[in-house]
Parts: sequence; C-alpha cells; structure tokens
Amino acid sequence: MIGLQAQTAAPPLAADAAPIVEVRGLSKIYPGGVEALNDISLSFPEGELTTLLGPSGCGKTTLLKIIAGLLQPTGGEVRVRGRAVTGPGPERSFVFQDFALMPWATVIRNAAFGLELRGVPRSEREAVAEKYIASVGLKGFETKYPHELSGGMRQRVGLARALAVNADIVMMDEPFSAVDEQTRRQFQEDMLRLVAQERKTFLFVTHSIEEAVYVSNRIVLLSRRPSRVSEIIDVNLPRDSEPDQIRRHPAYLDTVEGIWQTLKRYLD
Amino acid sequence: MIINGTRVPAVFSLLIWAVLWEIVGRLGLTILIPPLSTTIEKLVEIVGTPGFWDALGLTLKTFVIGSVISILAGIPIGILMGRLPVLDRLLLPWVNTFISAPLSALVPVVMALFGFGETTIILTVVLFAIWIIILDARAGAHAISPSLVEMARVYGATNWQAFSKIFVLSAMPEILTGVRLGLLRAVKGVIIGQLLVSVVGFGRLFEIYSSNFLMEHMWALLLVLFALASAIDTAFGLIERRVEHFASSRN
Ligand SMILES: Nc1ncnc2c1ncn2[C@@H]1O[C@H](COP(=O)(O)OP(=O)(O)OP(=O)(O)O)[C@@H](O)[C@H]1O
Ligand SMILES: [Mg+2]
Repeated sequence: MIGLQAQTAAPPLAADAAPIVEVRGLSKIYPGGVEALNDISLSFPEGELTTLLGPSGCGKTTLLKIIAGLLQPTGGEVRVRGRAVTGPGPERSFVFQDFALMPWATVIRNAAFGLELRGVPRSEREAVAEKYIASVGLKGFETKYPHELSGGMRQRVGLARALAVNADIVMMDEPFSAVDEQTRRQFQEDMLRLVAQERKTFLFVTHSIEEAVYVSNRIVLLSRRPSRVSEIIDVNLPRDSEPDQIRRHPAYLDTVEGIWQTLKRYLD
Repeated sequence: MIINGTRVPAVFSLLIWAVLWEIVGRLGLTILIPPLSTTIEKLVEIVGTPGFWDALGLTLKTFVIGSVISILAGIPIGILMGRLPVLDRLLLPWVNTFISAPLSALVPVVMALFGFGETTIILTVVLFAIWIIILDARAGAHAISPSLVEMARVYGATNWQAFSKIFVLSAMPEILTGVRLGLLRAVKGVIIGQLLVSVVGFGRLFEIYSSNFLMEHMWALLLVLFALASAIDTAFGLIERRVEHFASSRN
C-alpha cells in the first residue's frame, strides 16, 4: 500500500465502511481462449468511489460487466450485499463508455428509461428524470435528441439515467473517454458533487491516473492480463479545497507519481 | 436525365415514350398496340364499370391483408433470426430459397390447397412479400448496437420490452427498406395471383379481355396496375423519408 494519510481533511477510511460488493476468486476466460481475469478477489466499500485502473486490455471492462451481471465468470463469484449475482439487478446501474442512448428518444425519455422499464407511470418517472437531468446540468435540454447534443452532454444523459433508477451501486466504464479535456474536468467536478450528494457506491473505470486520483476514495491497480490486483491505494485528499489547490496538493501529486511508478512496470 | 448538358425533367422522357406509343399505335403496324389516346379513352370507360371497381376493391383488400400479414409476421421472425443463432441456422436456408425461387410456380400449389378465392390471392401476396421483409429485419437486428442491448439488460428489460422498445426501433432503417421492397413484391403477388387464379378480380377482367382480343382494354388495365404500383412506391418513399433520421443518428 502506498500510505497517503490525510493532511488536512479526514474523510471516512475505506476500512470503516462495510463492503457492498465482494468479488471472490473471479476468473474469466473468453471463448477462444483469452484469459481476461485470473482469480481476482476484491471488495468495494459502501458509499465510496472506487476506481479500477490498469493497462489497456487488462480486463477492467470485463470485471465491471461481470459485477453488473452482463457477463458470466468462468470461475468465482460476485456478491452484492451478500447475495450472489446471477444477472443484472435493480440495485446496480451502469454508465456506458459509448453512452448507449436511444437515438430515437428524447433526453427525458432516455433518462427515464430505467423507470419506464419498471413500469413507473409516465408523469412520475418524468418528474424523477427531470430532477436528475437538472442535477447533471442539462436543464432545458429535456426534449432534445441525442444527436443534437455534444459527447459530454450525451454522457450526462447516461449518468442521469443511471442515477434516476436509484440504484445503490453505479458502475461507470470510462464514461469520459469520448469527451474533450475541458468537459472532462467539468465532469469530474460534477461527479465529486454527485458522489457527495447521492451517498451511493460508485465503481469507476478509467485510463487516466490523474482522473483516478482526483475523483476516487480508493484505487484498485490491476496488473496486465490475466488481471490480478496489484495494489490498493486509499486516496485522502482535502476535498473541501478548491479544485486547482487539490491538483497542486502534495498528497495528490505523490499519489499520481506513486501509481505511475507502479504502472510503469507493466509497460513493455 | 441530361441532354447536351442541360437537365431535362424525368417527366420529359415519359412524354417522349407516350408520343412514340401514340405514333406506333396510329401507324397501325400491329393490332397488338392500339394508340395511347384510344387506350386512355378505354381506361376512362373501364373505370366507369362496376366490374372494375369490384376488381380494384378485391385487389386492394387482398393486397392490404397480405401485406399486413407479411409485415406483422416478417419483422418479428427476421429480428428473432438476427438475435438467435439457432433459429437463424434453422430458417435462413428456407428464406434464401424462397427469396430467389420462381414463386409463380408455387401459386398453383396454393390454389390446389386453398381454392380459387381471396385466400389464395392473400397467400400469394404473403408468399411474394414476406421473405425480403424477414431478411432485411434480420440484417437490422445484426446492426443493433451491442451496448444498447446491454443497456436494456442492465435496466431490467423483459424480452418483450427489449424487442418492442429497442430491437424494432434500432433495426428500423433496414426494416423500412425491407417493407418497401416487400410491398413492391406484394404488388407483383397480388397481380400474378389474380392472373393465375383468373376467376376473380383483375385476373377475371384480363381473362375476359384477352379471350375477346380487346387490346385497348388490356393496355388500359395495365396502365392502371402500373400506376397503382408506382403510387404505392411513392407513398412509401415519402413515409420512409420522414423517419430517415433513425438511420442517420443510430450510434
Ligand atoms: N468478447 C470477447 N471475446 C474475446 N476476448 C475478449 C472479449 N472481450 C474482451 N476480450 C479480451 O479480454 C481482454 C480484456 O478486455 P477488457 O475489455 O475487459 O479490457 P479493458 O481493461 O477494459 O481494456 P481497455 O482499457 O482497452 O478498455 C482483452 O485482451 C480483450 O481483447
Ligand atoms: Mg474497457
């Protein structure tokens, strides 16, 4: 562990929170023989944002999709609040890398789609969706179609949809990889606000070390394929400071550097 | 069409052919080709007869019923084939066979089984129209974005919800192409069916005209049928353009 204790603020320590998701001895061999995961065990504390970080192709998406119930593991199991996962469930929602919006539906229908599938009456589900559309900063765009929005805005719709179903666990697979750097930073701020506001457990996948350190409570470093947990890092940053102060804070810079030193080993 | 560098409207070429028809007809080269003008006179005359309206009514009725059956059955079958490899392996050889088979040869079989009435004509329409609708819906199902399918599963869609809310709309561009081609084939089916059954509808009229050698009547009837076919195509083209944004914005 790279020990980085909080210098100023005192956020809850990861160890204090009970794990809401437990991954036990998970393996995944794709048909065709690609071994994506090899005997991974991990737990995700409730109410925290945990980031999966690792080299490209190491199996981050695979792990996340198994937890989501979209893929079946070839070995091991995932437990959510102690119950074994066999498929998707209402306590888990997902934000897709390519947004996965319905091009024929408006922003509000997309955002309310999870509730629509559950049979929530229209006025009710649209009221909920409206609230989350506003909280991701898209107020006024309710009746627009996805193709009328920028990439960043589309992903906000994806986020609103994931939040609107009120799942305890929100999974995000590189949600910002398709948006530009400015939008990305704005997005990171919004995420921190939402994490604080929503009291949900976030499972986040990214390529970017800086992004991982900036938004996470906890970072899981994965090794090259077949993936194993290489290191778990608790991030303690002074969250009440200004964004640019955080990014200049020694704890931030040291954590980024430490992760880089570890990941460098996996480069050819 | 472009002649000597100037654009000539498409109607113009139609006009040239009309004039040519008139001239050939007037020259009286062959009894088989009456002049256009007398054909049109006949057309007006025929349109006034109750026999014509009966035939038109039967044609439209069998066409609509046959098309609706083809669409309502063809789209789900095609989408299911696109989503379920087992079903695909089971059905695809048949669909491919029927799509290129000389279907007219099968009409007598249908006739033998279902008699000389409307049912046979409706089934002929289905026989002509359904295969291309199935095949295009299947292609549309292949084009559905995998992440939309995952999205539906993550948010708990039932099979029916995934089909009706995601698959059909995702596959819409291909489905619309299939339906348009299917309707064109349905026009063929409804006419060939009537001609082969030949005791009802336009088939009966053709039978009467040809056995009495009424060439003007025959040509007039042909004009009506051609106009009908292109009217259906145009109408569908308009509908298709209105929903075109499906195709352009599918991600
Ligand atoms: N459906 C599949 N069939 C076969 N192999 C697959 C499949 N999906 C992924 N893989 C392979 O499994 C490995 C892990 O893939 P995965 O997408 O989980 O990695 P990742 O860490 O998310 O990568 P990236 O950072 O590029 O998003 C890769 O080598 C990939 O090629
Ligand atoms: Mg990935």
